Amino acid sequence: MLLNLMQTALELGLLCALTTLALFLSYKMLNVCDLSTDGCFTLGAVVGAVVAIAGHPGLSLLAAMAAGVCSGFVVALLQTRCGLNSLLAGIIVNTGLYSVNIALMGGASMLNMNKTETVFSFVKDLLEGTVLSEQYRLLTALVFVLLALTALLLFLRTRLGLAIRATGNNPDCVRASSINPSFTTTVGLCASNALTALSGCLLAQSQKAVDINLGSGMVTIALAALLIGGTLVSKGGMTARALGAVAGAIIFRLIYALALRLHMPAFMLKLVSSVIVALCLALPYIRTQLPLWKRRRAHRKGEA
Amino acid sequence: MLKLEHISKTFNSGTQNEKCALSDFSLSVEAGEYVTIIGANGAGKSTLFNAIAGSFFTDSGKITLDGKDITFAPAHERAREIGRIFQDPMLGTCPGMSIEENLAMAAKRGGWFSHITRADREFFREKLRALDMGLENRLDAQVGLLSGGQRQALTLLMATIVPPRLLLLDEHTAALDPGTAEKVLSLTETVIRENRLTCLMITHNMQSALDLGSRTLMLHQGGILMDVSGEERKGMGVSDLLERFRALSGAALDNDRMLLG
Repeated sequence: MLLNLMQTALELGLLCALTTLALFLSYKMLNVCDLSTDGCFTLGAVVGAVVAIAGHPGLSLLAAMAAGVCSGFVVALLQTRCGLNSLLAGIIVNTGLYSVNIALMGGASMLNMNKTETVFSFVKDLLEGTVLSEQYRLLTALVFVLLALTALLLFLRTRLGLAIRATGNNPDCVRASSINPSFTTTVGLCASNALTALSGCLLAQSQKAVDINLGSGMVTIALAALLIGGTLVSKGGMTARALGAVAGAIIFRLIYALALRLHMPAFMLKLVSSVIVALCLALPYIRTQLPLWKRRRAHRKGEA
Repeated sequence: MLKLEHISKTFNSGTQNEKCALSDFSLSVEAGEYVTIIGANGAGKSTLFNAIAGSFFTDSGKITLDGKDITFAPAHERAREIGRIFQDPMLGTCPGMSIEENLAMAAKRGGWFSHITRADREFFREKLRALDMGLENRLDAQVGLLSGGQRQALTLLMATIVPPRLLLLDEHTAALDPGTAEKVLSLTETVIRENRLTCLMITHNMQSALDLGSRTLMLHQGGILMDVSGEERKGMGVSDLLERFRALSGAALDNDRMLLG
């Protein structure tokens, strides 16, 4: 039972790790907090499901990623060409995607893939009769995470990748290298949202269903995972930090699975992730303020 | 080479804080010229550089570089021909990236998807060795961990690794300690000489304004108050500059940041 729970946690952790990697790109590298993540995650799931139900499981992944690219492009367009604040651009696109997603599902708020051929069912058939046949979901997720991780790390080392990282660091420096920061922001957001959509697509296919709320709260969960990963690997190179992000996603799901074992109701997941994110973001600030508080207290006592 | 024709720029137009930073400003710089620029705070020195580099578009007038109209070219396009170094060493480099990554971005070698090759590294190492700051063996070091002088020297290298047509130096040694400032300045001189760059340099040091370069401009209230070069400039001292300023502007040169010596 416990082992089963751990395996599910590992699977979910790996599938969400793709979204964590997406935020690693947009939040950590590009320094843009992309709040369209929830909608984009569902978008990927919906597009993937629709294409898979139409009978193209392989194509469904590409279609989901293409949809993610489009969504990221709109967010980038609002930021770079229309002067919107990056947070607002994300929120606006996120809201709009809700309607788009329902429209794509033909007005329904749920799609069932019980009898649909998916990437997962393909791997299941492939492993039929081997010792690994029970682990087909875990293995599929693992393969995709490794692929995404390798692609992302190779990409970040290219000249374009460097320019994207520099955009988050010092946009003026990017301009001085005669690169347009609007361009790098756009490419970064498109790539990041492609990963988010792929993540959503895979999660939906592994659960054999997609509903409109699949992605809600995803941005907080992925941020929590990213921040846990950041605490694990605070120093070190790009590879270590990206691996930390993946590990963070898995650890988050394991903690959550344990909490479920201790009879925490499932609906608490989002509160837990909120608390983790808030704590991770607040702690560095609180740590800087602590000496001041201590001094102030000592000061007050001295006076009294 | 660089030509500014009747450039104007007013900030906060229509409000109480309206400030005319450049008014009907015209300037022509020949290829290979090295112009030093002095002037009190608010004289329009940095505004002039911002206008040339494209940090904003001017309200009126025309800017041409090598005969090409760049009046409305965005900053990143102008950066192909114009290199710029600021006073603040933090502005020219990316702190979160390594030395070689910073250089790779500036060097523009290879396509968008090319990686840093061994040949690139060797090239960077050779360039860094010329700086004589001990950076050649620290290609993987985070730029954020370097000292101000090291960062400014790296910025100089980044701005000139692909030699620009025009180099803008905005008091680029003012934030460094005297020894480092001297070193960065001599590096700058070498780079300008070797690449035969056209250069504009803002300085608050009146003596070096006369010692360096081939022409000196004094700005005042968004215009050129004085423009000396050639024989006339050779015989000038700091006291002559001050006197000329007083005679032309009808006021004493009053600036707490201006170094007279």
